[in-house]
Amino acid sequence: MEHYLSLFIKSIFIENMALAFFLGMCTFLAVSKKVETAIGLGIAVVVVLLVTVPINNLVYHAILEPGALAWAGLPDVDLSFLGLITYIGVIAATVQILEMFLDKFVPSLYNALGIFLPLITVNCAILAGSLFMVDRNYSFVESLVYSTGSGIGWAIALIGLAGIREKLKYSNIPDGLKGLGITFIAAGLMAMAFMLFSGIQL
Amino acid sequence: MAKMKEVLLDPIFKNNPIALQVLGVCSALAVTSKMETSVVMSLAVIFVMALSSTALSLIRNHIPSSVRIIVEMTVIASMVIIADQLIKAFAYDVSKQLSVYVGLIITNCIIMGRAEAYALKQPPGKSFIDGIGNGLGYSFVLIAVGFVRELFGSGKFFGIEILPLVNDGGWYVPNGMLLLPASAFFLIGLLIWGIRVWKPEQVEEEN
Repeated sequence: MEHYLSLFIKSIFIENMALAFFLGMCTFLAVSKKVETAIGLGIAVVVVLLVTVPINNLVYHAILEPGALAWAGLPDVDLSFLGLITYIGVIAATVQILEMFLDKFVPSLYNALGIFLPLITVNCAILAGSLFMVDRNYSFVESLVYSTGSGIGWAIALIGLAGIREKLKYSNIPDGLKGLGITFIAAGLMAMAFMLFSGIQL
Repeated sequence: MAKMKEVLLDPIFKNNPIALQVLGVCSALAVTSKMETSVVMSLAVIFVMALSSTALSLIRNHIPSSVRIIVEMTVIASMVIIADQLIKAFAYDVSKQLSVYVGLIITNCIIMGRAEAYALKQPPGKSFIDGIGNGLGYSFVLIAVGFVRELFGSGKFFGIEILPLVNDGGWYVPNGMLLLPASAFFLIGLLIWGIRVWKPEQVEEEN
């Protein structure tokens, strides 16, 4: 239990997807103008990560891992080079299914997420969740905990940046820095603040 | 011919994918602590972008628009697998350092963005040049940031000592902050500022 709790905290704060690994930056910078939309996107990312990483975990261990096809009489087959294309396929399919499911059964959430759902397919943070899971050899339960934690961490960073940008409107910024430039610098300062967590051992 | 040159050179300063269009920033920040990784990553992106733009442009008249995203993903993912295997075969140490970021070229928005906005509408020759041009624009930012971070962060250039460090009996006190991931944000922010002071038409309107 303690192991899972520390993995959870670690994936939220110490190894924050957005601020320590720079993942999902495109959406991070583009959709952080308003706190409301940031919250919607944050929830969508948490949900999609929570679904896709464990599925990819099962796919990897059942089919792609070296020697995983032993049950089919093919103990020497190593399909791990097909990983990338498989994960992105799983992610695209999951997002599509999730979209149809929400549309049918939870229309209010579907409307709230709007265009963010399809865009999530090309969010690096989602694919990176699966790649890190394989890289670090997580078990199924670990992958569940890890994906929840990293999704929440990403959402926190996104909402925080959106809050800062709403306040930035009142400041007097040099012309060349307006918009994108100052956003980068604000995100850099947030990343430095998050580094305070880095010494924590659980 | 002059037009081809524009297609090739415009994305470097005038319409830079990172500085102006906010595309493909993720990987740009993470791999730039050293020149070596920045260069390998840039080459991989140019390779994938040129080939996938050409391939998509060749089949552009046969793709039904309802499934185009998944077709694009499949083509790009195949190219990235080739690039990944090549890097693993010929530069294994670098591939260990780049870890998951080579795979993340798939979700690099520059490639998807160019496929959507350019390759699906233009003939293969021009798409190939456009892919290389945007790859160069991306590489320009990556290599500029990598150069500053490696030179002033650890006093080296491609792993060769340029500024002798105090620890090794030299005179240069390294700026440790540049090795931290946060510094990449500042450097790109300042780079954008620089480009926009030089080309004021890129300044964003207040909203």
